[in-house]
Amino acid sequence: MIRHVEVRTGTYHDSVTLMQVSQAVQGEDGVGSALVAMATQLNLDLLAGMGFDPPAASPNDLVVGVVADDDGALGRALGRLESALAARGPGGSGDGGGFDAAPPRSVGAAARRDGATIAFVSTPGAYAFVDAMDALQHGLHVVVFSDNVPVEQEIRLKQEAADRGLLVMGPDCGTAVVGGVGFGFANVVRPGPVGVVAASGTGAQQLLGLVDGAGVGISHCLGVGGRDLTAEVGGASTLAALDLLADDDATEVIVVVSKPPAADVADTVRERAEKLGKPVVLALLGPGRPDLTAVAETVVTTAGATWAPPRSWPSTAPRTGPYPFVRGLYAGGTLCDEAMLLVSAAFGPVRSNIPLASAWALGPDLQAEGHTMIDFGDDSLTQGRPHPMIDNSLRIERLLTEARDPTCGVVLLDVVLGHGAHPDPAGELAPAIVRARNVAGARGRDLAVVVALIGTDTDPQRLDDQARALRDAGASVQLSNAAAAREAVALVRDGADG
Amino acid sequence: MADLLNDEPRVVSAGVDLFAAALAAQAVPVTTVDWRPPVAGTSDDLARVLADPRRPEANALALSRMLEAGADLVDVRPASEVLGLEPGQFLHAGPPVTWDRASGPLRGALIGATLFEGLATSPGEAEALLAAGSGSSVEWSPCHDRGGVGPMAGVVSPSMWLFELADPVGGRTAWCSLNEGLGAVLRYGAYGPEVIERLRWMASALGPLLQAAVRRRGPVDVKAIVAQMVQMGDEGHNRNRAGTLMLLRDLLPALVDSGAPSSDVAAAAAFIGGNDHFFLNLVMPAGKLQTAAAAGIAGCSVVTAMARNGTDFGIQVSGTGSAWFTAPANTPSGLYLGAFGPDDANPDIGDSAITETIGLGGFAMAAAPAIVRFVGGSVPDALATSRLMYEITVGENPAYAFPILEFRGAPTGIDVTLVARTGVLPQINTGIAGRVAGTGQVGAGLVQPPMDCFTAALSALAAAVPPPASE
Repeated sequence: MIRHVEVRTGTYHDSVTLMQVSQAVQGEDGVGSALVAMATQLNLDLLAGMGFDPPAASPNDLVVGVVADDDGALGRALGRLESALAARGPGGSGDGGGFDAAPPRSVGAAARRDGATIAFVSTPGAYAFVDAMDALQHGLHVVVFSDNVPVEQEIRLKQEAADRGLLVMGPDCGTAVVGGVGFGFANVVRPGPVGVVAASGTGAQQLLGLVDGAGVGISHCLGVGGRDLTAEVGGASTLAALDLLADDDATEVIVVVSKPPAADVADTVRERAEKLGKPVVLALLGPGRPDLTAVAETVVTTAGATWAPPRSWPSTAPRTGPYPFVRGLYAGGTLCDEAMLLVSAAFGPVRSNIPLASAWALGPDLQAEGHTMIDFGDDSLTQGRPHPMIDNSLRIERLLTEARDPTCGVVLLDVVLGHGAHPDPAGELAPAIVRARNVAGARGRDLAVVVALIGTDTDPQRLDDQARALRDAGASVQLSNAAAAREAVALVRDGADG
Repeated sequence: MADLLNDEPRVVSAGVDLFAAALAAQAVPVTTVDWRPPVAGTSDDLARVLADPRRPEANALALSRMLEAGADLVDVRPASEVLGLEPGQFLHAGPPVTWDRASGPLRGALIGATLFEGLATSPGEAEALLAAGSGSSVEWSPCHDRGGVGPMAGVVSPSMWLFELADPVGGRTAWCSLNEGLGAVLRYGAYGPEVIERLRWMASALGPLLQAAVRRRGPVDVKAIVAQMVQMGDEGHNRNRAGTLMLLRDLLPALVDSGAPSSDVAAAAAFIGGNDHFFLNLVMPAGKLQTAAAAGIAGCSVVTAMARNGTDFGIQVSGTGSAWFTAPANTPSGLYLGAFGPDDANPDIGDSAITETIGLGGFAMAAAPAIVRFVGGSVPDALATSRLMYEITVGENPAYAFPILEFRGAPTGIDVTLVARTGVLPQINTGIAGRVAGTGQVGAGLVQPPMDCFTAALSALAAAVPPPASE
């Protein structure tokens, strides 16, 4: 066995790209394990975990660690590494030899070069403020996808945007649709009268999916970031987005999706909404309030269309409970919240890394206890690794852990489709669901799997194909997350099929 | 500004490639930034400086002042008259430096200037006088601190003659010594008898002749000559051939008409025409006028000086006034004269990096393909270098246009935040001085400033950001 480790300076690739490169290298015959990553402390620790002595390197260096059976396998691994790095998307680090213009090195330089209208910033959170500020100071609206941006920097960005008549979507804006163009994780929606202002990315995606599914189109979906309606930020982007949609001829009905705002901010938003001259549905999510599916129904009927319950693909597997506890493995925080509210209303405490009550917090090892829901998209679980909407591996690992846990009865999963998301999530999750159900079955249990499938018919992953693949793996599939959570509650309550 | 909801979106994407690809898959025009993390340890300072509400306007003001500034040659006079320099007072290139840290070429030039002024009769005596340092009868300070510039060692003494330039827009003046030619010359640290002899002739014959010619014909528009030279294959730092000949063309009638003996005029014309770098000493003060116009603007992150004394590289930044941010100078790499080699090279020296500070020199390599081999490069390198410099500058100077880049203006106004964000350092073309005092020039090549100058300046800018107004 050969252990190869090297450090390359002057090369930068984003973590998602490198995750994909690592997987490609790992897929070569005779390669035991491979890590290709920027040399952050986290990645150096991973390298140590693979049995390497971590080399001296800085976070701006690329580190490569490969465990191979023999020289031949190592040669193939390194060859694959080169081709995978060379194949990365536009704007690579290749130089044009002087006769071609090299790609711009900053947002401002790019803006000056090509006369852009909007910037999409997904740089690591510690640096995103500088890139977003650069965009604003060059007259660009900006979507800040990055999370882990300090709140005082968010406030400063939004102040700068207000001074310049620009809109900041985010930070931590997972989803935006502007004039039919999807930014970040965004669904393909038909054009129409509904304008969305969303402080929640997956909340917005659920709404887009259900409204589009009811045959009603979307004018724009403007993300504002999860903290926009806090007292500190004061709803700056929400108010700006409302004003933009008020002046937009295509928008006839507006819906604002958020957790309940700070009291002062709620008053300000409500006041602004009342003066807007267009119907505004304020969808403030929380205990005792309508869930996202109910909000979608209100929006659809306000737009003058007819509402029908969202589609589902019930499991064909016989239900042979009991199903002691629900385990939610979520990629979307708002969807996780919504499911926890519904399960908790039925059964009380739900443990989580984003708990509804602080007493229900999970320990740092995320060990399940009773009803448990984990948001794998939470900031603390995405540092240094791709979002679970792109990379299913953490959730698949957890799914198999739950399969071996006798207290786990129902696994509740969200599968989010659209631009930016994994190109075929069911292709990875369906086999994992089969395996998990087999593992549980071998231990004499039926493991029920309920999937909330978030998307539209025109999403690139083909919603129907995804639903059928998951259903065929033994899962029950619902387009409504609330319906999925209620199905999980019913399974626990009723045990086997009636 | 774009109408967000109605304009066709054109996107700049920085960060995860996957999302740029998802946008491109929707047939949206996307420009992908070749993004990488900023220089280690700068992210907090960058955030503070980018948050400074004064900065965008301050940088725009700095750029407009740099573009507006003019540069006319208005007189030629001895340093004692221009600056009131007294015997024993010297000026030199780069940031301040003490004798014990001074490099070979700077020591050599100071020795030569001491001999030239008659303060010592031998190099050994001169060295002893200088080594006694401050408190003795001699002292030295940076040219920049007195509003001027000097190439290489940049040593100026009271009897040396200076070009005086004026900016008719801002009303400022700047100065620079007269260029001695190449080879064994004072500015490269040589101080042999032929060096001193040449300096005496420049002070007694060349200086007065140039003075008479300039006063007779009136101001020479140096900025206009610089604009033409960059379209004639000069980059204004290591190649000044076209500029030199245009200056001679402008001065020659007045020189001939000055009444001086024709043999003196012929000697002066031969000296100027035979020294391809003569005009460098006019590009440099024109650069000083241009950057001085942008100096001292609160909140401004534009570099107003890059200068080296052979030991340290120093920069000044508009928003931090006359403070120097220094770090040990790098040694240039390039081609060597005769039997000289890299071991003979002194670290980077001279105020001539003022040319890069205004977008010429290494920044204008695309305009000077004829000399890329002289500094050890290729034509594609030259084009790539100039293009890269636009990534660290705030604007372009249409007065200095590069034909091969479709007459794109020189990359102007180095922004320390862009240097820290991109890790791209300014590219400098330079002569290489011998390490040992008395040697002279050993080669020419390329060099970059140390990054620490820029990160230190960035920290100082960050410390000067006013706290956010409380509400």
